[in-house]
Amino acid sequence: MSVKTVAAPLPGTFYRSPAPGEPPFKTEGSTVAPGETVGLIEVMKTFTQVAAEEAGKLVRFLVENEDAVMAGQPLYELES
Amino acid sequence: MPVSRLLIANRGEIAVRIIRAARELGLQTVQVASRADLDMPAARLADQVVEIGPPQAARSYLSIEAILRAAETSGADAVHPGYGFLAENAAFAEAVERAGLTFVGPRPETIRLMGDKAAARAAAAAAGVPTVPGTEGRLADSAAAREAAARIGFPLMIKAAAGGGGRGIRIAEDMAGLETLLQQAAAEAGASFGDAGLYLERCVPRARHVEVQVLGDGESVIHLFERECSVQRRRQKLWEEAPAACLDDATRAALCDSAVRLAQSVGYRGAGTLEYLFDAASGDFYFIEMNTRIQVEHPVTEAITGIDLVREMIRIAAGERLRWRQDAITRRFHAIECRINAEDPARGFLPSPGRIESLRLPGGPGVRFDAAIEAGGIVPPFYDSLLGKLIVWDETRDAALRRMARALAELEIGGVATTIPLGRALAAAPDIQAGRVHTTWLESWLAQHDFTPEREAEPIP
Repeated sequence: MSVKTVAAPLPGTFYRSPAPGEPPFKTEGSTVAPGETVGLIEVMKTFTQVAAEEAGKLVRFLVENEDAVMAGQPLYELES
Repeated sequence: MPVSRLLIANRGEIAVRIIRAARELGLQTVQVASRADLDMPAARLADQVVEIGPPQAARSYLSIEAILRAAETSGADAVHPGYGFLAENAAFAEAVERAGLTFVGPRPETIRLMGDKAAARAAAAAAGVPTVPGTEGRLADSAAAREAAARIGFPLMIKAAAGGGGRGIRIAEDMAGLETLLQQAAAEAGASFGDAGLYLERCVPRARHVEVQVLGDGESVIHLFERECSVQRRRQKLWEEAPAACLDDATRAALCDSAVRLAQSVGYRGAGTLEYLFDAASGDFYFIEMNTRIQVEHPVTEAITGIDLVREMIRIAAGERLRWRQDAITRRFHAIECRINAEDPARGFLPSPGRIESLRLPGGPGVRFDAAIEAGGIVPPFYDSLLGKLIVWDETRDAALRRMARALAELEIGGVATTIPLGRALAAAPDIQAGRVHTTWLESWLAQHDFTPEREAEPIP
């Protein structure tokens, strides 16, 4: 078992749920499969899905919902 | 009310544009900036900068509270909203006035009236301005639909009352097809929007987008002729011209007069734009909506009339009367604007924020570049992708097209992908040169042309 941090693929605004008021894509402690959506990043009014690249348990998010993120900034911790 | 210290509640190129106008009027300027924008050109040009919050617009440029606080701490006595953000938010205009400040724009009730599509349509009808023929309110049953369809004419659009953004629209070509499509549309609207209500609107095939620039002082209104903005992708304009080459003089006069009538009927104050669909085949035009603010493409109007619209809107807000009567407004030349966005046209218009590594600006006669970018500057990912606007003018449309091609060849932006290659391709496109465009032309053109830029954009680091 190892814990790694997964970085934001793009700069922008990070969202944990598909729309305001809706449940988050993933909560801390939930399992993720490759290709599953973990969040959205809004870049210049365009929304891009942040998909998990590998399977594991999402330990915790390192940024808040609607936080500004830079490309390469750690987004969440994944235990695999 | 006299204005001496103007707060600019916007960012990017329009903030720079407003600062320039304010400075020529001898005003002090206060620029608000999110944390991502503290080093933007407008922030360095202004007399004072006030940080208003984190990068996200919802917590900075869209925060009425943050902007009013900035106005208070900086001693500003007027607020210019630019375009986008809070520019057409009646509650913002009201809050600015309640705080004892001058809002550079129309009265809040005008913003509210024109922001309500049904109310704006009713105001147009009352002023004798044609709107797209259609039904008022929901269709009662299929008999009512047939009766309305016979009056409106085919082809027509069946639209969901609860829909929006182009969703749930069907096009009926004739009475025979109407019944089936109505049933399908009602079922789909019920499933998608939880509301099966429908209405009908005439379909204007190959419609062109024309719009009229007006200036009002609350009592008198004048027009500054029209623009054509038919070259759009996903309803975003990319290329605008003035005058509209598709109009003859009689149609131009009727169109511009109708805009003045409507703006006059609401006692319009400030700079505004009335948007129309124009059916080139029949020569009919239909009012669609009014934008109660300065528009991105205002420089093409400035180029053909010689009038500084941003300066005039500040003068009007400060209580001055219009300085011209209609017969003093003349036009000459043909002007074209090409928007330069940080998007990659070769990769599905993928947004491309980042650092501007190099910049070569166009120049020479009849060329204006309104932008807020500098070599070494950062294009943040948090806002829209407009980097700048290249505007050219010349004696004739053909000459202006050649000048645009020449200026686009000079312009180079390194470090981020831009729509410059698209602009160059448009300047050379036979349909553009012949003026054979309509509001969905660009999307078909992009789909049919294997769009390969003449020069590869710089890779994103």
